Amino acid sequence: MIFIKLFLVFSYIGLFNFGGGYAMLSFIEQEVVAKQVWISEAEFTDIVAISQMTPGPIGINCATYVGYTAVVNDPFIQSIGAPQFFGILGSILATISVVWLPFLVMIWISHIIIKHKDHKVTRSIFAILRPAIIGLLAAAAISLMNIENFGHPSTQTNQFILSIIICMTVFCGVFWRKWNIIYTTLICGIIGIIAYGLIGI
Amino acid sequence: MKSHNKDLFVTFMKIGGFTLGGGAAMIPLMEQQVVTQHQWLSHSEFMDVMAVSQATPGVFAVNMASHIGYKVGGIRSGIIASLGVVFPSLIIILLIAIIFSRFRDNRWVEAAFMGIRPAVVALLAVPVFKMGKTARVTWSNVWIPILSTALIIYGVTPALIILVAGVAGFLYGLTRKDNQQLSK
Repeated sequence: MIFIKLFLVFSYIGLFNFGGGYAMLSFIEQEVVAKQVWISEAEFTDIVAISQMTPGPIGINCATYVGYTAVVNDPFIQSIGAPQFFGILGSILATISVVWLPFLVMIWISHIIIKHKDHKVTRSIFAILRPAIIGLLAAAAISLMNIENFGHPSTQTNQFILSIIICMTVFCGVFWRKWNIIYTTLICGIIGIIAYGLIGI
Repeated sequence: MKSHNKDLFVTFMKIGGFTLGGGAAMIPLMEQQVVTQHQWLSHSEFMDVMAVSQATPGVFAVNMASHIGYKVGGIRSGIIASLGVVFPSLIIILLIAIIFSRFRDNRWVEAAFMGIRPAVVALLAVPVFKMGKTARVTWSNVWIPILSTALIIYGVTPALIILVAGVAGFLYGLTRKDNQQLSK
């Protein structure tokens, strides 16, 4: 039965995924495309693209979409009919399955941290961890400064220049003037529509 | 407690529904909402949760939501915050899966994302500089963030760096006799 398998596979993916969203994508690919053959490579590529460009955690987006598609593709479900309805159930099940075990782990750790937060060992651990976390954030920001996000400097010069302007302006606005992040993102989307969609630079 | 739960759900729904690019991209908005606006955590507690969420299995944003919810109002609030952060994904992805399977090729959508992507990069850079102060980065320990940046760009998985840093901190803590010198 596809639902039991979905639950088991996504619980397994959730518990053993240690590398964040992008690591989870390759984990899902191995389990769902290569081992279980629930969805095709091409379907998975589309799912990854959509997971990246829609809001929300990438791993959750991908799990939700794969859960839906896997159920809709299932021959047994197709023979019953109403695949979309079962697909919705599949997406909810995949999402909950990927989340519930890490949730229990996290609650257990949170409990320990809150209880022992003033202990010298806890403090020392975080005294080293905090600077390391800054490094993680810096690496994420640096690795996203790429051609896909900014455009190519020589072949897509206009996009590249506009991207640099947007990036610098948003940085200064949020850093010094405390701009609202949601509105800032929406306005940048509107700028994109005007510049690339309407004017076509 | 009830109003806490409603606040938690709505706040994490916003965080899930308005950030593009997954885990790390959620940090700036999450910090603004959780630390600055609702004051559920202090700046340094927020960083601690980030470290733990990176080092534990699962989806980063959901781990953050679980801890923050749990700290504010126990296990039930943890569940509510986690559901809040995944709720927009569920709705949006289902709509796309059912209705717009050609969504990706829409030129207006693509144009909007071309504007948003550089902003996402800027939003990630902001907390790097803001949090430097909270993390007490000084000349004596500035090598830690620089080394961890370099290792990640080189391809080392973040979870490994967090685990090594955690173990190093643990050993450092065992060798210290005084309890006061390390400031919170």
